[in-house]
Amino acid sequence: MIHKYRLGGYSICLDVHSGAVHVLDDAAYEILDCFDDNGPLPDELPERVTEKLSGRFDEGEIEETWEALLELQGHGLLYSPDDYEQFADMMTRAPIKSMCINISHDCNLRCEYCFAAKGDFGQGRCLMPLETAKKAIDFIIANSGTRRNLEVDFFGGEPLMNFDVVKQTVEYARSIEKQYNKNFRFTITTNGLLLDDDKIDYINREMNNAVLSLDGRKEVNDRMRVTPNGKGCYDVIVPKYQKLVAGRGDKDYYIRGTFTKYNLDFTNDILHFRELGFDQLSIEPVVSDPKLDYSIKDEDLPRVFEEYERLADTIIASRRRGDRYNFFHFMIDLNQGPCAIKRLRGCGCGNEYVAVTPQGDIYPCHQFVGMEQFRMGNLNDGTFDTEMKLDFAKANVYSKENCRDCWAKFYCSGGCNANNYQYEGDIRRSHKTSCALEKKRLECAIMIKAALAEDGDAKECDGDDCIEPCSILK
Amino acid sequence: MKATKHIKTLNNANLKESAVKGGCGECQASCQSACKTSCTVANQKCEK
Repeated sequence: MIHKYRLGGYSICLDVHSGAVHVLDDAAYEILDCFDDNGPLPDELPERVTEKLSGRFDEGEIEETWEALLELQGHGLLYSPDDYEQFADMMTRAPIKSMCINISHDCNLRCEYCFAAKGDFGQGRCLMPLETAKKAIDFIIANSGTRRNLEVDFFGGEPLMNFDVVKQTVEYARSIEKQYNKNFRFTITTNGLLLDDDKIDYINREMNNAVLSLDGRKEVNDRMRVTPNGKGCYDVIVPKYQKLVAGRGDKDYYIRGTFTKYNLDFTNDILHFRELGFDQLSIEPVVSDPKLDYSIKDEDLPRVFEEYERLADTIIASRRRGDRYNFFHFMIDLNQGPCAIKRLRGCGCGNEYVAVTPQGDIYPCHQFVGMEQFRMGNLNDGTFDTEMKLDFAKANVYSKENCRDCWAKFYCSGGCNANNYQYEGDIRRSHKTSCALEKKRLECAIMIKAALAEDGDAKECDGDDCIEPCSILK
Repeated sequence: MKATKHIKTLNNANLKESAVKGGCGECQASCQSACKTSCTVANQKCEK
């Protein structure tokens, strides 16, 4: 299967099952237009193709291009067969290696669009006791098998409201990781309000990743991200984020925003992040009931697509001026990305990844928290539903009807199971709007690669967007 | 990058190879990096 499209002046062809990406000229693109995307090409150039294209290209050029396409096909880089289903059941009994610890089901903001019901996940405001947090660490160690790298994200609600427990949990994990041959990687996701110098120093020392919530321009942020008194938080948090990022060193961070119907011009928010000095950026579409006025609806998609294209063009133009920054959803590693096994199953929620609540309840991920039918067990009574774990493990691109024949299946890996459930009522039924957005982002991400490759930007490669010389056809 | 007159191939396509060699499971869960509300896997790093 191939996926071909034109964007930004480039004609691009993705060979789905090899992962090869080709930039085509018009002759190659129009020849492929004469065939089904599932291929393969026949051995001989059909007369109908020559006849159709004879007014556009001379016969020699058509023949030469045809030979080049056949060569790609011969090398397994065009219409390569789909033989991955045999791997779909690999790793279904995988250890648990990632955990979202909802250290606080309380929040000091009341963001309009909060999927956590303004911080408490509909379960009442409370903080996780240290004993429960320690049990969470014990749980992931006990269930992680031979996995060495264990990820723990302190999440909420607002984790800084329970920061002493965060610190004691980190201390506890560090005190026992060596004896179990584990390496904990901590992340904290915060709204920034309670950051002070001590917390910033601690986060920059102990947290491998910090996810800092900010939606963009002041008026955009303060429309949705407000205190219980209705006051916007922009002026308080931005200087704190700037201080944190200045001391981040080589550790990861993301400024993470949400866009809604109110800021479909979100490229301006990305540019605002740059003005503030941030360079690791993410803005995501809001997850919300379509009935709400700020939600992204199908009718908004053309405008959102246009904005993603504008953002892609902006990033290319910035790069050409020497200004480098990452937009999370346009980051794609065409050479050394995740292995195909990982791509079959994606985020691993409910299988390799779970979320725990202050009450010790275990859920497949943070977005399932509070849905009783998805409660997998509890840290305090030692229960854990291995059947539910297996069910999530088997949710892969071949068990999801709409993914099996989708060109994007190895890039989104079946999408977000929580979104699928929330919008479509089934973790295996893809949420079509999310799919459309993801496909557009992927097309833009690949187009950016094509543009930078044309510039010879490979020399400046830092690994995130590496374009190495292709040796296969040499 | 290999450039012919008509086709430039941008990458070393190694997806099939990675299926055979892959599956060590040490890589990051994609939702732990920044997203939390969607799923993009292709931007995650391989730990091998």
